[in-house]
Amino acid sequence: MAQKQFREVIRDALREEMERDENVFVMGEEVAEYNGAYKATQGLLDQFGDKRVLDTPISELGFAGLGVGAAMNGLRPVVEFMTFNFAVVGVDQIVNNAAKIRQMSGGQIKIPIVFRGPNGSAGQLGATHSTAFEAFYAHFPGLITIHPSDPYDAKGLLKAAIRDDNPVIFLESEQMYGMKQEVPDEEYLLPIGQAKIKREGTDVTIVADGKFFHIAKQAADQLAKDGVEVELIDPRTIKPFDMKTVIDSVKKTNRCVVVNESHPFGGVAAEVGFQIQRDAFDYLDAPVLRVTTPDVPAPFSKKLFDLWLPGPKQVIDAVNAVTYRT
Amino acid sequence: MSNTDKTSINSKTASIIKAADLPKATRKTHKGLNISEEELIELYKSMYLQRRFEERSMQMYQKGKFGGFLHLYIGQEAVSTGSAFALNDDDDFITAYRDHGLGLVKGITPNEAMAELFGKKDGCSKGKGGSMHYFKPEKHFWGGHAIVGAHLPLAAGIAFANKYKENDRVTICFFGDGAVDQGSLNESFNLAQLWKLPVIYVVENNGYSMGTAVHRHSAGKLADRALPYGMKYDVVNGMDLFSVIDKVSEVADYVREKKEPYFLEIVTYRYRGHSMSDPANYRTKEELAEYKKIDPIERLKSYILEKEIAKEKDLDAVNEEVEETVLEAVEFADNSDFPDDEELYRDVYAEDDFPYLT
Repeated sequence: MAQKQFREVIRDALREEMERDENVFVMGEEVAEYNGAYKATQGLLDQFGDKRVLDTPISELGFAGLGVGAAMNGLRPVVEFMTFNFAVVGVDQIVNNAAKIRQMSGGQIKIPIVFRGPNGSAGQLGATHSTAFEAFYAHFPGLITIHPSDPYDAKGLLKAAIRDDNPVIFLESEQMYGMKQEVPDEEYLLPIGQAKIKREGTDVTIVADGKFFHIAKQAADQLAKDGVEVELIDPRTIKPFDMKTVIDSVKKTNRCVVVNESHPFGGVAAEVGFQIQRDAFDYLDAPVLRVTTPDVPAPFSKKLFDLWLPGPKQVIDAVNAVTYRT
Repeated sequence: MSNTDKTSINSKTASIIKAADLPKATRKTHKGLNISEEELIELYKSMYLQRRFEERSMQMYQKGKFGGFLHLYIGQEAVSTGSAFALNDDDDFITAYRDHGLGLVKGITPNEAMAELFGKKDGCSKGKGGSMHYFKPEKHFWGGHAIVGAHLPLAAGIAFANKYKENDRVTICFFGDGAVDQGSLNESFNLAQLWKLPVIYVVENNGYSMGTAVHRHSAGKLADRALPYGMKYDVVNGMDLFSVIDKVSEVADYVREKKEPYFLEIVTYRYRGHSMSDPANYRTKEELAEYKKIDPIERLKSYILEKEIAKEKDLDAVNEEVEETVLEAVEFADNSDFPDDEELYRDVYAEDDFPYLT
């Protein structure tokens, strides 16, 4: 076991998969000579050369689509977006081509491609650089959407994503690249579509993914001091979503708060809440509540941004509400 | 006259303004192009098959045999036929939604093609794609694509993979003149030239982006889009089969050897409207009549007869054979089953047991 940063395990996963399969290649803005805007691809150009590690122009539509075409024709591209906020420029290639060509061709064409990069807000970057896309991508059939919250999950899931024959959206966070965790030295893969109970508890279930998992974790630690035992579930994969683990937990705790960075309308929390009311209606002792970013774009001003971005306090408030502690 | 003064409908003067000017046809004969007499008959047959297939498709659509969109390629058959003849069987083809002709020349059988229009399980995309989404990757036909310009980066990617695998295959990507205005063309051209990808981009300039004439939707000349990228380009007469074969062969050799892209503007004409719902009021009857005079199939037929390669009755026999094939395809499609209900949840993900939300 070694302490590794999130960015290091992304790099390790890429390197291991590139060593294993010569059809895996990496492209994106600044991934090669610059060694990655967030250093996730550091050293790959030196090891694999410019045939397999390619700097692209700032041309998201072009290189996203080029990646899809290369995947159709037998390669396994890993396309880095400097952030998923920029991927919107090329989203037609993901939503119409990557997601739908398998079905439209009657299953004749597979598209094993990974689109990865940071997602969501990362401080005062203004509205266009602060969108969380996990609900957006999970909306489209044909795509897998993965949203890990720590280095261990990120490495195992990224390796699985590269080997998967479906197009995968792999969401990271600028604010998590420096996060450290013990990671095994030996190779491991994690199954796509399996949630993990990261804290067992009996009083309330919290479902939280990606960067927002950590505000839920802080809230759970704080609540424990007050005698509230939270069961904390990290879905890890948004699509397919491991609803069974959530439903089983809610049947035990009878209460649930869903924490997710997407906006509320049609967001991940909305879907999880719907599934719970349908499948665990008789078990609920309180309405399911959610903590998300508000229904407005991210503002710049620190004061407004802090108001916009939920933290442990909002999670604790929601838990207090569903446990009738207020 | 400025661009904005031009109009394709010139009812006041009754003069014919063509949406696009045809360059001169090649003067080479079939021998000069290394086409055997047998191949010449096959080429005629291929073009006539595409024509009759679509004429019958139109009838079946009008009879209510299937719904959705139907965009006909009639008039443009020399482009598909000539390109397929000029390139190798394992070269990669990709096109837009007007894809029946190219699908047929690349090896989708008339039965599979007609069944796909009908939405039947025996269609070339199992009835899941329809008219605009023919696919047959085993024959290197990478599809009909229906978002204008969205398949141009895919072609760059297919070419990228070929170069990566060093397999010497050339990719050819067809699109209409409307796609030239999309950002995807510029991003694809930049990447293709920058990374030296073996891809031939072909704009089939049929004069109209749906109902908007070329000079009303594109600034400058279409072929000049290659200029800023330093990409080689040329303009070809797409109403003449020999011209298409001549130029695409030459360009394919260049692209295969140099591993660099090429842009061809092939000027052609579609006889029918944009789709079945389009009466094509944006153009004159005279313009259509003018092009029908230089119909690519009639032109080849005249050549064959003049050179005494075959007699009229021989070609009539070919026509009859094609007619039979197409009628059989209609019968096949009619008798083929619709996809099973379980197919709704198949082919979306790699796994058949994907846990779909309900």
